[in-house]
Amino acid sequence: MLNKNIYLILIISLVFAISFWIGFNVNLLPAEASINAPIYDELFKILFIIGLIIFIGMTIAVIYSLFKFRKRNDQIGDGIALEGNLSLEIVWTIIPSIIVLLIGLYSYNIYDRMGGMKELNHNHEMMSSNSEKIWAGISQNSDNEIAINNLSIEVSAMQFAFLFNYPKGNFISGELHVPVDQKVSMKMESKDVIHAFWVPEFRIKQDIIPGQPTILNFTPTKVGKYPIICAELCGPYHGGMRASIIVEEESDYNEWFNKNKKPEVNL
Amino acid sequence: MTILIDPQKTNNESLQPKGWLRYFSFSLDHKVIGIQYLVCGFLFYLIGGTLASAIRIELASPMSDFMPRDVYNQVLTLHGTIMIFLWIVPVVNGAFGNYLIPFYVGARDMAFPRLNAVAFWLIPPSGLMLVASYFVEGAAQAGWTAYPPLSITTPQSGQIIWILSVLLLGGSSIFGGINFIATIIKLRRPGLKLMQLPMYCWAMLGTSLLVVLSTPVLAGTLILLSFDIIANTGFFNPVLGGNVVVYQHLFWFYSHPAVYIMVLPAFGLVSEILPVHARKPLFGYTTMVFSIMGIVVLGLVVWAHHMFTSGTPPWMRLFFTIATAFIAVPTGIKFFNWVATLWGGKISINSAMLFSCGFIINFVFGGITGVALAQVPFDIHVHDTYFVVAHFHYIVYGGTVFIIFSSIYHWFPKVIGKMLNEKLGILHFIITFIGFNLCFAPQHWLGLNGMPRRVAEYDPQFQFVNQISSLGALLMAISTIPFLINVFLSARNGKNAGDNPWNALTPEWLTSSPPPVENWEGEAPLVKEPYGYGKQFSEQK
Amino acid sequence: MTTLDSSKEIQKNNSEVNETHEDFRIFGLITFLIADGMTFAGFFAAYLTYKAVNPLPDGAIYELELPIPTLNTILLLVSSATFHKAGKALLKDKNSDSQKWLLLTAFLGILFLICQLFEYFHLPFGLTDNLFASTFYALTGFHGLHVTLGTLMILIITWQSRINGGRLTSQNMFPLEAVELYWHFVDGIWVILFIILYLL
Ligand code: HEA
Ligand code: HEA
Ligand code: CUA
Ligand SMILES: [Cu+2]
Repeated sequence: MLNKNIYLILIISLVFAISFWIGFNVNLLPAEASINAPIYDELFKILFIIGLIIFIGMTIAVIYSLFKFRKRNDQIGDGIALEGNLSLEIVWTIIPSIIVLLIGLYSYNIYDRMGGMKELNHNHEMMSSNSEKIWAGISQNSDNEIAINNLSIEVSAMQFAFLFNYPKGNFISGELHVPVDQKVSMKMESKDVIHAFWVPEFRIKQDIIPGQPTILNFTPTKVGKYPIICAELCGPYHGGMRASIIVEEESDYNEWFNKNKKPEVNL
Repeated sequence: MTILIDPQKTNNESLQPKGWLRYFSFSLDHKVIGIQYLVCGFLFYLIGGTLASAIRIELASPMSDFMPRDVYNQVLTLHGTIMIFLWIVPVVNGAFGNYLIPFYVGARDMAFPRLNAVAFWLIPPSGLMLVASYFVEGAAQAGWTAYPPLSITTPQSGQIIWILSVLLLGGSSIFGGINFIATIIKLRRPGLKLMQLPMYCWAMLGTSLLVVLSTPVLAGTLILLSFDIIANTGFFNPVLGGNVVVYQHLFWFYSHPAVYIMVLPAFGLVSEILPVHARKPLFGYTTMVFSIMGIVVLGLVVWAHHMFTSGTPPWMRLFFTIATAFIAVPTGIKFFNWVATLWGGKISINSAMLFSCGFIINFVFGGITGVALAQVPFDIHVHDTYFVVAHFHYIVYGGTVFIIFSSIYHWFPKVIGKMLNEKLGILHFIITFIGFNLCFAPQHWLGLNGMPRRVAEYDPQFQFVNQISSLGALLMAISTIPFLINVFLSARNGKNAGDNPWNALTPEWLTSSPPPVENWEGEAPLVKEPYGYGKQFSEQK
Repeated sequence: MTTLDSSKEIQKNNSEVNETHEDFRIFGLITFLIADGMTFAGFFAAYLTYKAVNPLPDGAIYELELPIPTLNTILLLVSSATFHKAGKALLKDKNSDSQKWLLLTAFLGILFLICQLFEYFHLPFGLTDNLFASTFYALTGFHGLHVTLGTLMILIITWQSRINGGRLTSQNMFPLEAVELYWHFVDGIWVILFIILYLL
C-alpha cells in the first residue's frame, strides 16, 4: 500500500516537472512588442502549465488503465462492482472549481493590467471632440493621465483596407506609424461590414464594427514593422486585408509625421 | 403492454414496404428512422469531408490558387454548416437517440412516431437544397455564423437558401427534441424509475431541453435576418440604424448551447460503451446525472464568450469568462468518472474501446484549450484564428466524431446482426488518431503566431505547418477507406453476432439482433441495473 | 402529475388506451409551446435591447395609440373565456352549444385580426421606416400569424364536432383541448406583447 502511494506521488511530481519544464522552455508565441505582450505571455504560461498537467495526467491515467486493466486471454468475468465513491467525486468537483476560480481571478487581474477594465466612455480624449458613444474596446486611460494628443488616431476599415487618420496632422495614411514607448489611442469604425484589428506581436484584437465605434489603446515597446491583420471574415479578400504598423524611434516618427502633415483647412 | 403502441400506427405497419426498401419510405419504426438518420448523416459527412479536403488543398500553398476566393468562402461555409447541422446534430441525436431511447425506456416506439418520421424527412431535402445552392448563384459565403452585415451584402440567393435550410433543420431538431422529452418522461415502462435509466437517456433529456429552449431563438433570428435581406428592414443593418451585435447575441444564444447539443449525446454514448467493455459499473451515476443538468444550465448563460472582441463592454466580458470556465467543473466530473470506470476493470481493447479512449484524450485537450479561450485576455489574441479552429475540431472531431465511430463499432452487431472486423477497426482507429492529431495540433501554433481563420491566402512563413496539417487531413480521408470496407464486407460476410455479443446489460441487448419490429417478442424486460457488471452478471455465469 | 409518478399513471390508465395516448400529446404540445415561446422571447429580447441601446433617429415616430390594442386585448381575453365555455359545454355533451361558443371565439379572433390590420393601415410608419417600426411589425405580425392559425384551427374543430359521429366528442376532447391550450398561449403572449410594446 505504501509502495503504491509512493509511486503515485512520484508520477504526479513527474507530471508536474514535465509540464513546468515544457511550460518554461517551449515558446509558442511570436515576439513581444507591446506592454500587453509580456502580461499576456505570463497568463499564457500559467494556462499552458495547468493545461499540460491536466492533459498529461489524464492521458497517463487512460493509457495506464488500458494496459494495467486490459483483459488477459485467460480471464473471464467482470471487474469489481464499484459504483462510485462520493468522497472521491467531491474531491474532483472541488479541485477543478478552485483551479477555475483562481484562473478566473488571475485573468481578471491580467485583463485589468492590460487596461481592459477601464471605463470606455469616461474622460476619453476623443470624447471632447466627438460625443459619440464608445461601445467596446480596451482603454488604458486613467483619470489623471493627460493623453498625448498627437497619438489619437482614427481608424476606419472598409472592404478591404485599413485607413489611419491622424487628425492632428490632418492626413490619412495607409500605414500605421507610431513612436515607440508611447501610448497610442485609436478610435475605430467600419464603413461597411465587420472587420477586426489584430497585431499578433501586440497580443491585442478588437472588432471594427459599422455603426458602433470601438477603441483600442496600446503602447508599443519594440521598434520594428509588424503586420496588422483583419481577423473577421469580411468578404472574398478578407485574407488579403492586411496593413503594417511601423514602430519607430520618436525622432523618426516625428520626421514622418511632419512630412505628411497638412495645414489645417480653415472653414 | 399494448398501451405503448400507437393504434393507428399498427394498422399502417402492414402497408410499409419490406426489406431494404423500407429505408427509403416514410417508415414509423424508430429503428428504421434511426438508420435513416445515420446513413443520411454519413453521406453528408462525406460531402462535408470532401469540402474539408478542398479547404486543406487550398491551404497547402499560401496563395489563393486552388479555387477563387469567394468559392473558398462558400466551401468553408458549407463545410461548417453541413458538418454541424447535417452530420453531428442529426447523428448523435437523431440516429442513436431514435434507435436506443425506446429500448432504454422499455417502449416499442417513440412517443410520436409520425412526428418522428416528419422530423427525419425534413433533413434530406434541406440538405440537398443547401448543397444545390452552390450551383445556383453560389452558396452562402458569410461563414456558418452568417454575421451581418456581411450576410446581407453577399449574393442573396445563396444566403436565403442557407437560411431556409437551417430553419428546416432547426425545425427537424425541435420536433426530435419534443419527441425525446415525451418518450423519456412519459413513455417509460411501468416500474422503471428515472434514476434507473441508462445514462444516454439523461444525456438526451438534457440535450432535448437545450434544443427546445435555444433552437427557436435561432429560428427567430434567422427570420429577422431574412427580412433584412429580402424586405430591406434594418434589424442588423447599420446603414438603416440597426445593431449588428444584437444578431451575434441571438445567434450565440443558440449556437453555444448547440455545441452541447453536439457533445452531450456523445457523453451519453460513451457512458454506455465504457462500462460494457471495461466490465465495470458506470462510476458515479448520480453525479453524472447532476453534471449533465449542470452543463445544460451553465450552457445557456455563457454565449458571449464568442464575442469577447466584438461590441461587448468590460463587465460582460468578465461575467462570461467566469461562467464559461465553470463548465469545466461538471465536464471534469464526467471525465474523471469515466477514467474511474476504466480503473480496475477487465478491459477488452477493441475498436469501440479505442475510439472511446481516443475521445477522452482528444476532448480533454480541446476542453482545456476551451477553458483558455474563455479567459478574455487570452481570447483577445487568438479569437478568430486557427487556435479556435483547432479547439473546436479537437472537440467536434476528436470528441463527437470519435464517439460516433465508437458507437458504430459497438452497436453494429445489434443493428445488423454481424460483427465488424476488429483488425480493420483498429487500423481505422490508428490512422484516424494519427491523422487527426497531425491535422489539428499544429493549428494551435498557427493561431498563436498570426494566422487568422477563414482565409484562402496567408503569410508564406506558415506554409510548412499548413502542409503538415493538410497531410493529416489526407490521412483522415484515407482512414475512411478501411472503415467503409469493413462496414460493407462485414454486413455481408461478417461473423454472426448473436443476440448479445458483448454480454451487455442494457435493454437493447436483451432482444434478438437485429431486433423485431416492436423491439421484443414478449413483454419489454424491466432492467433496473443497466450497469450491474460484477454483480448479477457474474452470478448468472 | 410529477414526472416520477407518471409510471403509476400509465398503469392506472392501462385499460383506457386513448386517454394515455392523449396525455402524451398534450405533453408534447406543451413542450412545443415552450419552444414557440422561446421564439417570442428572442424577439422580445431583441426589441428590449434595441430600445435600451439604439436610440431612434430624430424625428422618428414611435408613439403608439392605445385604444385599438386595448380593445384587442379585451377581445382576446374574452375569446379565451368563450373557448373555455365551449369546452365545458362539450364535456356535458351539449355539442351545439359548444359549437356556438367555438364560432364566437373564432369570430373574436377574426375581429382581432381586423382591428390589427386596421391599426397597421393607420400607423404613421411602415415596415422599413426605422428599427422600432420593423421590430413592431415583426412582433405583432408573428403574433398575428399565430392568431390566424389558431382561428383556422378553431374553425376546423368546429366543423369536426358538427358532422354526425365527428371526431370531436366528449369522449375525444383532445382536438379541443389542444387548440384551447394553444389559444390561451397566444393570448398570454399578446398580454406580454401589449405590456412590453405599448405600455412600457
Ligand atoms: C461540441 C462542441 C464544443 C464543445 C463541447 C465546446 C466546449 C467548450 N468550448 Fe468551444 N467552441 C466550439 C465547439 C465546442 N466547444 C465551436 C464550434 C467553436 C467556434 C465557433 C465559431 O466561431 O465558428 C467554439 C469556440 C469557443 C470559444 C470562442 C473562441 C473564439 O471564437 O474566440 C470559447 C471561448 O470561451 C470556447 C470555450 C469552450 C469551453 C470552455 C468549453 C468547455 O465546455 C470545455 C470543458 C471541458 C474540459 C475543461 C475538459 C475536461 C475537464 C477536466 C479534465 C477537468 C479539469 C479541467 C480544468 C480545471 C480546466 N469555445
Ligand atoms: C462539426 C463538425 C466538423 C467536422 C467533423 C469537421 C471536419 C474537418 N474540418 Fe472543419 N469546420 C467545422 C466543423 C467540422 N469540421 C466548422 C463549424 C468550421 C467553421 C466554418 C466557418 O468558419 O464558418 C470548420 C472549419 C474548418 C477549417 C477552417 C477553414 C477556415 O477557417 O478557413 C478547416 C481547415 O483546415 C477545417 C478542416 C477540417 C478537416 C480537415 C476535417 C476532417 O476531419 C474531415 C475528415 C473527413 C473526410 C476527409 C471525409 C472522407 C471522404 C472523402 C475525402 C471523400 C470521399 C468521397 C466519396 C466516397 C463520395 N474545418
Ligand atoms: Cu476585413 Cu476581414
Ligand atoms: Cu461557446
